[in-house]
Amino acid sequence: MLIEVDALNIDLPTPAGPLRIVREATFALDFGGTLGVVGESGSGKTMTALALMGLLPEGAKVSGVLRFEGYDLATLDEERWRGLRGNRLAMIFQEPMTALNPLHSIGRQIAEPMVLHRGLGWSAALAEATSLLQRVGLPDPARRARSFPHELSGGQRQRAMIAMALSCAPRLVIADEPTTALDVTVQAQILDLLARLREETGMALILVSHDLAVIAQNCERVIVMYGGMVMESGPTCDVLERPAHPYTRALIAARPQLGAERGARLRTIPGVAPPAGQAPKGCAFAGRCPLTVEACAAAMPPALPVGRDRLARCIRLDEAERVL
Amino acid sequence: MKDQSFFKRARNNPSFLCGASLVGLIILAAALSSVWTPYPPAAIDIPHKLLAPSPAHWLGTDQLGHDVASQLLAGARVSILVGVIAVGIGVVFGVALGLVAASAKGLVEDAIMRLSDFAFAFPALLLAIMLTAIFGPGVVNAIIAIGIFNVPVFAKVTRAAANGVLAREYILAARAAGKGPVAIALEHVLPNIASTLIVQATIQFAIAVLAEVALSYLGLGAQPPVVSWGRMLSEAQRLMFQAPRLAVFPGLAVILAVLGLNLLGDGLRDLLDPRLRARR
Repeated sequence: MLIEVDALNIDLPTPAGPLRIVREATFALDFGGTLGVVGESGSGKTMTALALMGLLPEGAKVSGVLRFEGYDLATLDEERWRGLRGNRLAMIFQEPMTALNPLHSIGRQIAEPMVLHRGLGWSAALAEATSLLQRVGLPDPARRARSFPHELSGGQRQRAMIAMALSCAPRLVIADEPTTALDVTVQAQILDLLARLREETGMALILVSHDLAVIAQNCERVIVMYGGMVMESGPTCDVLERPAHPYTRALIAARPQLGAERGARLRTIPGVAPPAGQAPKGCAFAGRCPLTVEACAAAMPPALPVGRDRLARCIRLDEAERVL
Repeated sequence: MKDQSFFKRARNNPSFLCGASLVGLIILAAALSSVWTPYPPAAIDIPHKLLAPSPAHWLGTDQLGHDVASQLLAGARVSILVGVIAVGIGVVFGVALGLVAASAKGLVEDAIMRLSDFAFAFPALLLAIMLTAIFGPGVVNAIIAIGIFNVPVFAKVTRAAANGVLAREYILAARAAGKGPVAIALEHVLPNIASTLIVQATIQFAIAVLAEVALSYLGLGAQPPVVSWGRMLSEAQRLMFQAPRLAVFPGLAVILAVLGLNLLGDGLRDLLDPRLRARR
C-alpha cells in the first residue's frame, strides 16, 4: 500500500481547548490508485489531506497510524518532511489565483522544487519547467514560463500548479478541490489532464471534492466524510450506485438532476451540519438522520463491512436498506 | 512592463509628483553641497555679519557672517545622512526581528513583540535625549538614537504585514513544495511586503529628519562646526526680532523636506497598493 491511514484523529487547538475535527478516519490507497474524498465543507476532508502533507495548522495534534511508502508520517521530523513534500508527495490547491506567488514568474515557481529536491541548477530546472508547461498543455510554454501569475487565466494557472506538483515525479498527488474555482468546461479539461498524467507517470491521486460527479468520473475508490468521520468507503461505482450509509444516500439524493422538472424542489438534508468539531459523541449524523435512535449519539458506530471491500459506519444499516 | 505602468500611474498622482520633486530637490542640494557651496558653510566672516539677501549672499548672512544659503545646502546633507542611516538601522534590525517573529510564532514572537512594546513606551525624543546624554552629543549618536527608535517601528509593521502574507495560500503551496521557513520568509514573504515597508520607510525618514532638527536645536545633535538646520534654528532664536529671516529659511527647509517626504509616502502608498495594482 502507498498510503495507509488507520484510526486517524486530528485535534486543532482553539481558545476553548482542543477540537477534534477528524475522528477515527481509516482508509488506504494502492500504488498508482485513485481515491476520492467527498464531503461537505467542514467535514474534515481538507484537514485529512493536509495531515498527509504534514501541513496542518500550528499546534494541531495527530494520533493514529499515518503511513506513506512505509514511512510512519506521524513520527517524521520537519527536516524529513521537507524532503518528502514536493518530492514524493505533492499537492494541488483549490484557488489557482492565490496559490501562486504573484511576484515570481511561473517558470521559476515550477523550477523551484526541482532545484530543491533534485539538485538541478536553475537553468536546467527552468528548461525542464518549460517542457513541463508543454506537457500540461499550455500553448507557447517558453513565453508562459516567463509570465507572472496575473497574466494567466484561471485554467492556465491551474495547469501551472499541476506542472509544479509534477516537477519531481511524486508518487502521490493530493488535489484539494482542484476545479472548484474553474468554469465547467475548463474543469473537464483539467480533470482529463490529471487522468492522462496519472496514466503516464503511474502516480497515485487523492482527489478531494464536494462534487460527486467529479469523483465518480475520476476515482476508483471513494471515502465519504461527514462531521470528521469517514461514513462510508469502497469502490466508487458500488458506493454511488448502491449507497449503504444513510448519509451517503441523502447526499446522492440531494444532487440536482439534469432533466428534472422545472421548478421541482431540490431534495435537501434536514437540519444543518454540526460546526466542525462539535459533532455529538457518537455518530456525527445522528439527529439529522431519519433513522436516528438513542444509541446513535451514544457511541461512535463501528465500521462494518458491507459487501466486497466496503465499510460503512452505521449501526442501522439494515433499516437503511429497508426504509430508505 | 510593470515599471512602465508604475511610471504611467505615477504621472497622474499629484502627491507623488510633488513629494518626489521636493525630496529630489533636497537630495540634489545635499549632493551639491558636498562638492560646491557659494561660501564655505562654516567660514566665519565678522565684517559681513547680518547682511540682508543680496546677489553676493543670496539669503544673507548670520551674526557670525556665515552664508545662510551655503549653510542650508550643507544642512540638507546632514538631514539626508541622518534619515538614510537611521532608517537603514531601523529597516535592517526591525525587518529581521519582524520576520523572525512572524515565522517563529509562539514564545519567540511574544518575546520580540513585548520588547518592541517596551521600547515604544519611551517617547522617542526622550529616548534620544537619554542616549545622547549618556554617550555625548553629536550627529553619530543622534543617528544611533533615532535608529534605535526605528527598530521597533519596523519590527511591528513587518510582523503585521508578514502575518498577513503567511496566511496566504501560496505560502502553503510553497511549504507543500518542500521549502523551509527561512527560504519562505526571504523569497516569498519579504518581496510581498516590500511595498508596505517602502511606504513606512518614507514616513520614518520624515520623522528622523524632524528628530535630528529637534536634537540639534536642543544642542544634542550636530555640534559646531557641523552645520544642521536644527542648529541654525537654535542660533537664530536669539536674533528672532532683529533678523527673523535667519529662523525663517531653515524653518522653511525643514517644512519642505518633511512635507515632501510625507507626500512621497502618500503617493507611494497609492501607487504600490496591491488593490490598485491588480486593476491595471
